[in-house]
Amino acid sequence: MKIEEKTQAIVNEFANFDDWMDKYNYLIELGKSLPLIEERHKTENNLIPGCQSRVWLHADFDGEIVHFTADSDAVITKGIANLLIRTFSDQRPQEILDSSANFLSEIGLTEHLSPTRSNGMLSMLKQIKMYALAFKAKQQMGQS
Amino acid sequence: MGNRDTVHFSTAGLADIEAIRADFPILRREVYGKPLVYFDNAATTQKPQVVIDALTGYYQTMNANVHRGVHLLSQEATSAFEKAREKLALFVNARSVREMVFTRGCTESINLVAATWGQQNLRPGDEILISALEHHSNIVPWQMLCEHSGARLIVCPLHADGSLNMEEFARLLNTHTRLVAISHISNSLGTINPVKEITRMAHKTGAKVLIDGAQALAHLVVDVQDMDCDFYTFSAHKIYGPMGIGGLYGKEELLLEMPPYQGGGEMIANVTFEHTSYNEPPFKFEAGTPNVAGALAFGVAIDYIQKLGIQNIAKRENQLLDYATQVLKSIPGVVIIGNAEHKASVISFLIDETHPYDAGTIIDHFGIAVRTGTHCTQPLMDSLGITGTIRASFAFYNTFAEIDLLAKAINKAKEMFL
Repeated sequence: MKIEEKTQAIVNEFANFDDWMDKYNYLIELGKSLPLIEERHKTENNLIPGCQSRVWLHADFDGEIVHFTADSDAVITKGIANLLIRTFSDQRPQEILDSSANFLSEIGLTEHLSPTRSNGMLSMLKQIKMYALAFKAKQQMGQS
Repeated sequence: MGNRDTVHFSTAGLADIEAIRADFPILRREVYGKPLVYFDNAATTQKPQVVIDALTGYYQTMNANVHRGVHLLSQEATSAFEKAREKLALFVNARSVREMVFTRGCTESINLVAATWGQQNLRPGDEILISALEHHSNIVPWQMLCEHSGARLIVCPLHADGSLNMEEFARLLNTHTRLVAISHISNSLGTINPVKEITRMAHKTGAKVLIDGAQALAHLVVDVQDMDCDFYTFSAHKIYGPMGIGGLYGKEELLLEMPPYQGGGEMIANVTFEHTSYNEPPFKFEAGTPNVAGALAFGVAIDYIQKLGIQNIAKRENQLLDYATQVLKSIPGVVIIGNAEHKASVISFLIDETHPYDAGTIIDHFGIAVRTGTHCTQPLMDSLGITGTIRASFAFYNTFAEIDLLAKAINKAKEMFL
């Protein structure tokens, strides 16, 4: 599935919620169901700076697509990490670089999350893009 | 004096809490469609209308640079600025206005002492004794000073209840200790430290004492002469005044000997390209145009709380703290962090295994402003073995009903994260 299709699906899911509590209940559910990151990837290196809760992001690249895993010690943050991973995991580096994550404001998350946490979210996005950029360079070096 | 002389207070004392709340326009606003419950007073307090009016009134009627012009506006501004200094000096019972330096706030006051007295007096082998519950602003300036001077930073541990371990304090004090820098009240746990006793003990070994009063000035009577500390630091915005202004009390004999902090206008007596002689304290430490509006409004904030009575304020805030402690303790799974015998109206807690950010996010949606995280006391959180807490800090304008709402929000959060 393409990134835009995935984000549209997320926007549609959140459109069902009338009040903030339902939205957060869903985020908590998403947080609890985030596929586990391997313990060995929860390193200092994989910690995202700028988050007040601890967030780890790990990326694997098979030469074609990037696979992300993440974890956090806060459940709501984990729920948001789940959304980002669902969006950007198993995509080609170029597709990740070309896409935006505007859906987060569309589903009212940047509006409802504290600035520090949304900064954390932005740091996570930035890190996802950095990985994509590095893997793209790796890809090009392999081709040349 | 613009608005300052025409202020009138809606009530004397604290009997009519609704009338007091009416003095604070922000308390009328809503967040997420709910009435704001402001429980982040340890971070900054809200401002009464008289303080807001003093700020705008200054710019509307009196704005001029101070200590400079012979023109009337400048004279008025200077006299109002110096009047504010007098109020502050009286408020903390300094011996004279020469002991009261205006700064940008508590952090700058501490940095000023580190950069002047510290650079002048500390040598390799000397020690600075702080406590485990200090705010980053009473840790980092001393670390920086230690790096420059070769002195060592020594940390006094706490008891499990969050009170200072005074036996350890006595043991750590020695003839190498040049400075003891300790907060009057912990911003994270609410612990009130025995600052008079600390000062007495430190002076016995020949150390100077700096008390970080950021959290204390709004909650209890501060008497620097009775305490006998050498320096006392504070911010206006934590005592219902504006941001960007604060003060440093320093004993005059120390201020006289200390080198200037920053160079510029106002701090000089005479300038030639060959040599500059410096002004007397406090002006020696106030280079550049000061925050005159801020100082005036700070003075008005002092008037405001004196009208209410600091003893009355302390009494009400203790009642709020006692009630909140009782209510939170009755919720299964809630653990209060910091249970010292002497506490100010700060209550840090955790809910079961829930991350403070998760809980804070839900509490926020009830319209309740609490702080979550390390509260700028990361080493303290590390020493307690936790990543942070949820902190509610009360001011006299808070109500018991608001604490009941907090309990409701906590119960909702418990349910959601189960």
